[in-house]
Amino acid sequence: MRVPLSWLRDFAPFVGEPAELAATLDDLGLVVEEIIRVGEGLGDLVVGRVLSIDAIEGADKIRRVMVDTGGVEVPGLEDGGVQVVCGAWNFEVGDLVPLAPVGAVLPGEFAIGRRTMKGVVSNGMLCSGRELELSDDHAGILVLNEVPGARPGVSFTEALGIEPDVVFDVAVEANRPDAWCIAGVARDLAARLGLPFVIPPVDVGALTGATSGPGVDDLASVRVDDTELCPRFTARVLTGVQVGPSPEWVARRLTLAGMRPINNVVDASNYVMLELGQPTHPYDLDRLPGHGLVVRRATTGERVTTLDGVERELGHPGPGLGDTGQDCLICDAEGSPVGIAGVMGGESSEIGGETTRVLLEAAYFVPMAIARTSKRLNLRTEASARFERGCDPEGIARAADRFCELVVATAGAGVAVAPGGVDLRADVPGPVRLTVRPSHVNGLLGTSLTGDEIATLLAPLGIVAEPAPATDGEPGAGPDGHGSLAVTVPTYRPDIRPAPAGEADIAEEVARTYGYSRLARRTPSWPQPGRLAPYQRERRTLKEVLCGLGAYEAWTPTFVTEADQLAAGFDPPWVEVANPLIEPERWLRASMVPGLVRALLYNAERRQGELRLFEVGSVFRGPGAPDLAPGHGSDDGLDAGPRAGSSERLCAVFGLDGDDAWTAVAAWRAVADALRIADWTLAAHGGPGSRALHPFRSSALAVSEGATTGTVFGAVGELHPSLVGQLGLLGTDGRPPRLGWLDLDLDELLDPGRVPRRTEEARPVSRFPSSDIDLAFAVGEDVRAEAVERLLRGAGGVELESVELFDVYRGPSVGEGVRSLAYRLRFCAPDRTLDDGELAGLRRRCIDAVEQGAPATLR
Amino acid sequence: MTGQPDQPDQPGQPDQPGQPDMPDIEALVAEAGAAIAAAGSVEEIREVAVGVTGKKSPLARAQRSLGALDEEARRELGRRINEGRAAVDDLLERRRTELTLAEMERSMRDDALDLSEFLPARPRNIPARGRPNLVTQTRDALEDVFVGMGFEVAEGPEIESDWYNFGALNMPPAHPARGMWDTFYLNLGEPESTVLRTHTSPVQIHLMERAVVDGTLPIHAVMPGRCYRRDTPDARHLPIFHQIEGLVVDRGITFADLAGTIEVFTSAYFGPDIHSRLRPAYFPFTEPSAEFEVTCTICHGDGCRTCSQTGWIELGGCGMVDPAVFEAVGIDPDVWTGFAFGFGIDRCAQMRHQIADMRALNENDIRFLRQF
Repeated sequence: MRVPLSWLRDFAPFVGEPAELAATLDDLGLVVEEIIRVGEGLGDLVVGRVLSIDAIEGADKIRRVMVDTGGVEVPGLEDGGVQVVCGAWNFEVGDLVPLAPVGAVLPGEFAIGRRTMKGVVSNGMLCSGRELELSDDHAGILVLNEVPGARPGVSFTEALGIEPDVVFDVAVEANRPDAWCIAGVARDLAARLGLPFVIPPVDVGALTGATSGPGVDDLASVRVDDTELCPRFTARVLTGVQVGPSPEWVARRLTLAGMRPINNVVDASNYVMLELGQPTHPYDLDRLPGHGLVVRRATTGERVTTLDGVERELGHPGPGLGDTGQDCLICDAEGSPVGIAGVMGGESSEIGGETTRVLLEAAYFVPMAIARTSKRLNLRTEASARFERGCDPEGIARAADRFCELVVATAGAGVAVAPGGVDLRADVPGPVRLTVRPSHVNGLLGTSLTGDEIATLLAPLGIVAEPAPATDGEPGAGPDGHGSLAVTVPTYRPDIRPAPAGEADIAEEVARTYGYSRLARRTPSWPQPGRLAPYQRERRTLKEVLCGLGAYEAWTPTFVTEADQLAAGFDPPWVEVANPLIEPERWLRASMVPGLVRALLYNAERRQGELRLFEVGSVFRGPGAPDLAPGHGSDDGLDAGPRAGSSERLCAVFGLDGDDAWTAVAAWRAVADALRIADWTLAAHGGPGSRALHPFRSSALAVSEGATTGTVFGAVGELHPSLVGQLGLLGTDGRPPRLGWLDLDLDELLDPGRVPRRTEEARPVSRFPSSDIDLAFAVGEDVRAEAVERLLRGAGGVELESVELFDVYRGPSVGEGVRSLAYRLRFCAPDRTLDDGELAGLRRRCIDAVEQGAPATLR
Repeated sequence: MTGQPDQPDQPGQPDQPGQPDMPDIEALVAEAGAAIAAAGSVEEIREVAVGVTGKKSPLARAQRSLGALDEEARRELGRRINEGRAAVDDLLERRRTELTLAEMERSMRDDALDLSEFLPARPRNIPARGRPNLVTQTRDALEDVFVGMGFEVAEGPEIESDWYNFGALNMPPAHPARGMWDTFYLNLGEPESTVLRTHTSPVQIHLMERAVVDGTLPIHAVMPGRCYRRDTPDARHLPIFHQIEGLVVDRGITFADLAGTIEVFTSAYFGPDIHSRLRPAYFPFTEPSAEFEVTCTICHGDGCRTCSQTGWIELGGCGMVDPAVFEAVGIDPDVWTGFAFGFGIDRCAQMRHQIADMRALNENDIRFLRQF
């Protein structure tokens, strides 16, 4: 909201530097986003009279103009006046125009110098409204013939009565409708600065000059059929109105506040809204069939054409805000709509040049009803925005009076305000009254204010706080001033709630007037230690491990397309966004594969393709997905309805030259080691998403429970080459590169109850020497190496310190469908050196176990 | 038997009156089909294709023979040739796909690995260290500051019900303040009943509910996480972004504790010469509410373009927990008071590292990731 300082001064005597006032407004929560200085740089201008206009040879856009400055000395003045070159054509000889002489500095630090154009010297510039920042008009020179004080040689600012002004661009919070007007800002600012604040009263009786003549009731009929949506409706009638442009001071204030002047009646209505925050609506009484208004609810499907020329259909329920389709209409006395109440008027009864009798509507509409209508119709106006935040139901009469005052002052000598007025009043919100405990206010703010001090801080805001009479359990106001306060909140503060929540609202008002910057600071402490949860610590460990393996952490989009989901191997159900930003990207990712591969591609296109990337983030599955994990947040019981599944996962893609499934396995083993995972196994991979993986170079990762597999917590291997190609990633040979892939479900993996960890208990290190035994077995391709290792561990017993696969060989010497696996077994006993006999026995046990269990043969 | 000239007029066939020769298209197609079926590899099918559809193929020859026919016969035979061609092409395509898939399957099978045959020496080189994402680094640094101040770290789901994202936070279904956030709604359950959380504040509600049920008040927690708002991305906004939220619910907590906490955090994270200030603001879930600003990290308070000459940069919102929020979760506001604050993690990163355009954060350009 644009707030001219000069306008603020109508309500309280503000002085001092604008920057300091702005800082005070900031500290009140009325944040000044910009300080705009206007009317500066006009002091050097003088009014001039055009003496002659001559063509310049060889120029068809510019002309030579001689300007008379009434004998006033300006740079460049010669006998025949001041010679300037001008490109505007909208003035004639004899016109009065603003002249910026050489040396003048116009708004925007625009310095006027002597120039020569087409050989003609120009000693200054004739200015347009826009160049002077007085209007948007740039079509031609600002012609001043109609300005009463304009004479050649007179200072321009003096002639127009312009004073330099400052406009604050203030951001008003949504809960402060009272502050969304000049008077409201002035009230808060005056309260803080301890200045007297007065809204000048209007004596309507004195305005009319006569109490006789037909009253409002005789001139117009008003009926409210729906007091639920419109609890208060008032009307005034003005006769003898001459519609025309507003005087300069009204037009200027509206312009400074960011509104375009239209005509004196409409301008008066806008002026009142800007000044007091109450929207009003003037109608041409003679264009209202039946000379009156009816306020009623729109019927379902009723159509209304609003001032913007759009036909709108009303009365249908809309999404959100509990919108059941209740729209309030203003109709003429015959029942035809002339506007949507509180939102926008209609064309038919608009104020026009012929209007002489004005019916003014000033009403209170239920804020939520306006909000619903405005949201559903996507029609936001200055009026609707104010009504939906909540106007003062008791500020209506004052706004109507002010409107009358302005029209009387600006619409001709014949204006008469019809005596009386319509005031149809039902159930409007009254002042909120609540009991406030100073102890509670102090408890919230960390202050030690007395009741009296609190009352004093609240009073200038119009909030009345008096000592509350003693009641049971609540002490009255004692001599120490610490008793409870009975607080009455003015109706223009709908943001302040009744007790108990209202106590916090009052505390905020106390704090604002007191000054947030003056409130004490204290560093709190408590006995509970701060910490990361084990899950969070381990997640950090995982990231560190991946970084150590040369992987960079990426952040890829949550929103993906249907094609992405299918490519990643996930069939519906997925989770769908109802209102996506980009239409095809309407699904929450079920997999990070497309995102990470695209990130590789993005870098490859920038010649940075050789990369390892990982990401930790959520993936989502629609309700009823067969594999749905419960995910986070399942502890709430309050929201019924279908639940989507989500899980936090770590996914890594390995795309350095030479990377393949082995890289992913190495990464997984590093992770498993870092997390101290006790026993894991590779399992057949056929779950959701497995279509994205290479069918012969990937496995699921699962908890090992003896010979069987337990909880599946991820997958490791390579991405399917056709998926990689499909996503657009091709190597230099034109084929999709091998990409190692690791996918870990952190909800499972980081839950030690699901994926057990090695014991934390220390095992003593043996002081006796160890012995190695190497064993190579010919094992069929259908037997996994890890099965052999498990057999060896089982047979080796407590003396087996470690097992390591150190060679794999395939070739003619072992035969088709068979490979040789060579293991190094290290034996060591805690309490003795193992002798040859014991070692021979252990060796035999291990060989037998593998030969019988695998099956396999020793080579 | 592709229309040899040794078959002159055949009186028994009235549709071919007086024609020199009429190739048996069906037979040609059958022949081609057999050849196609016999092809055993993508290479073979390529050769077969030349034989059955190429210039020297029987069908092509039949095509060339059309010129010798009268118009009616030409039309009839032409139609049959076209059909024959289409049939052959279809057979070719199907066989080609079959063979391609089979070959891919075979080549992938040839590549098969037993991933448990892992030899420790197998992955050879040790690459340069990677980096956690700047967002992670920022989040971790913020978490560490708060952990040092006695906060726990809590998290919550990104999909939230209306109740957690709005209702319990003093924004009942018709509350206009909901318009403060552009919300992504999900097609789950009733329209507009499920959302992608617009802020991390719903985690506050989960924490307080749980603490009430478990009887584990007080709460001192920060809650980092990913949030979503339907904003068009620009230099300062991303529709997917990260926030960190703080909540303290304890006995005797006042606004002074809030202001002190913000100040300690500001100096700890941004540096000792960076301070904070609070000014009134409106949030439905706190009262009194404040916006907090920190000393401009560019000019250190002297005033510059970034801070609009004010010396201060707005960072986040905060306030005392609104009584309506306490009521929603069943906490007695006469016994417990609390404060909450929240701000953007990405925004902190942007400020601290002077990142001109926020969109760099999720482009995943390695040249950016590598810098931090």
